Amino acid sequence: MKRPADASGPVARAAQRRRPRLAVWKFSSCDGCQLTLLDCEDELLALADRLEVAYFLEASRAVVEGPYDLSLVEGSITTPDELERIQEVRRQSRTVIAIGACATAGGIQSLRNVLDVDELARTVYAEPSYLDVLATATPIAEHVKVDFELRGCPITKEQLLEAIGAFLHGRRPAFGTVSVCQECKRRGTVCVMVSGGVPCLGPVTQAGCGALCPAYGRGCYGCFGPAESPNVASLMRWWQDELGVEPAATVRALRTFNAAAPAFADAAAAADESGRPGGEGA
Amino acid sequence: MTDDGRELRRLSVGALARVEGEGAMRVRVRGTTVEEVGLDIYEPPRFFEALLRGRAFTEPPDITARICGICPVAYQTSSVQAIEDALGVTVTDDVRELRRLLYCGEWIQSHALHIYLLHAPDFLGAESALELARSAPEVVQRGLALKKVGNDVMAVVGGRAVHPVNVRVGGFYRAPSRSEVAALEGPLTRALEVAEETVRWVGGFTFPSFEHDHEYVALRHERDYPMERGRMVSDRGLDLGPHEFEDVVEERHVEHSNALHAVIRGREDGAYLTGPLARYSLNFDRLSPRARQAARDAGLGERCRNPFQSIVVRAVETLYAVEEALAIVRRYRPPASPGSEVVPRAGRGCGWSEAPRGLLYHRYSLAADGSILEAVITPPTSQNQRAIESDLARFVEARLDLDDQALTWQCEQAIRNYDPCISCATHFLTADVQRLP
Repeated sequence: MKRPADASGPVARAAQRRRPRLAVWKFSSCDGCQLTLLDCEDELLALADRLEVAYFLEASRAVVEGPYDLSLVEGSITTPDELERIQEVRRQSRTVIAIGACATAGGIQSLRNVLDVDELARTVYAEPSYLDVLATATPIAEHVKVDFELRGCPITKEQLLEAIGAFLHGRRPAFGTVSVCQECKRRGTVCVMVSGGVPCLGPVTQAGCGALCPAYGRGCYGCFGPAESPNVASLMRWWQDELGVEPAATVRALRTFNAAAPAFADAAAAADESGRPGGEGA
Repeated sequence: MTDDGRELRRLSVGALARVEGEGAMRVRVRGTTVEEVGLDIYEPPRFFEALLRGRAFTEPPDITARICGICPVAYQTSSVQAIEDALGVTVTDDVRELRRLLYCGEWIQSHALHIYLLHAPDFLGAESALELARSAPEVVQRGLALKKVGNDVMAVVGGRAVHPVNVRVGGFYRAPSRSEVAALEGPLTRALEVAEETVRWVGGFTFPSFEHDHEYVALRHERDYPMERGRMVSDRGLDLGPHEFEDVVEERHVEHSNALHAVIRGREDGAYLTGPLARYSLNFDRLSPRARQAARDAGLGERCRNPFQSIVVRAVETLYAVEEALAIVRRYRPPASPGSEVVPRAGRGCGWSEAPRGLLYHRYSLAADGSILEAVITPPTSQNQRAIESDLARFVEARLDLDDQALTWQCEQAIRNYDPCISCATHFLTADVQRLP
């Protein structure tokens, strides 16, 4: 992430005089990722010394007008109003960090992308005509330039603090794009899939959670989204052939909190169509 | 001023702050009459109940947790209990107690968040806890420390504080070890005094004089203060099990809101209130002696009908949850099995529990292979919304002499009394007071 580039310009001089302004924005989401900022119990007050909390509705009724130096954006875009609002957030923000699975991969609500949203609305609401929603739930980066993405459903405190710290020091956050398997090895967790026959998305899921689920004896359910260059179709074939997982269950496993992430969405669509992970003849 | 000399005022808050989720408030006043009060929930609908159809019976604890990042354990607990009901699964006392420990963690973190970061600033004239921290850093630190203990409990039992990973139908994936749980004893012991200090602190606030007359609804159990089990009772004679919930409560879709309003059938108005005030007033005798004493010392009676004092009730419940968690931690031995075996079958099941902000009901119908045919979720905020709006109308009517800015802030505070969770009810808070000419 970049601080204002021209160190002698009026913007940079103003930035030196004041603390960088932080804004936290919510789109369609559960609040859990912005709550993670308030969950930084040991660091919160120190952070508030370094940053001016200019817009953070969950924490403050005081609203400081933009522009903002750093915007954290939670949630996915699911309504016509949000389509407009995200453009305004981008215009007002020097740096935009999308936080969490909704903002980076649509979230659980992006399951609607392969369903009929009108039918969903009729199921939940007696008067669906009162609603004004889009047919899809999409990540922030589909609408505006995003400077950095934090994965996870929810994000972790550690990654959030690293990202904010990196912003304050004018460097890029240091995160790997390796898979959860590597975190299991580091943690010393015995592989749940190899030793217990438990279906696990760890091999294709990005690390960052600390390999939490295998440490609790269950398979990873992919809440940090796809790792870099994952071979999802191969893993799903393995689930079916070696572990006896039903084809429909592999589709469901890929369609959860990061359902709109291309690597998961494409593999799920191919398997859904052919009943065979990886598509016809795979 | 209008021809008839009556002033029309519109108060509005376009985006309510310090609540969970997004909503707005509108008040329209003509002369001295409050014509309309609305809590507009504009949190976008995410269609959870529809998305659950066709999913496996094992998935609701993970999927419904995502309705709310502040009370995921409430969703996990109500969902697994409803599905266990459908499948005829009973859990052991050890498992139930571990669920209660996890739930204590959620009550502590959610209540501490609301008391210190969301609600207390209103009583002290601050815009936020961060502003408060400039004049009283030790107070905010104390609140954050208390909140952290709740998160610690959730992390040990559930794996993490937001969207725990360890909850499954039938119990847990893994029971934490004796030593993992024992590590909570020190922090919880220290939190006891912090929680007691919190009750004293909020007990000293000044509360606007205001009482409501809504029917109180909460769970009640033969021994416990209600959290994960009990029958639903009210102070007007309701006493029912989860299967009767939908016979008694009706959900209505209201135009200005993306949430559904729940009302009790057959009552004149049907508005009722669930949450800390109701739980406390219906279950004072189920609190620990120490929590009861702290409540009395803070000036509470055995019942409380002033919503502004809900902050004191939350503090008392926090003290109770810390004591309860500590007691469970001290007697904890890992159960022989972390959960019961679960075999899918066709069925219909209902379950409920007491989320920090009130009763949360789930119902599932399952096919023979365990896939979900239908899901119904009734969150606390949709049950409380009608009562909140009616309170707000009365509250405004008695304070029309205030200027718009002061009145708007007081309305916001009045809404925050209920700790509304708009993510749950589909999320809300902007306020809008209109005074029409």
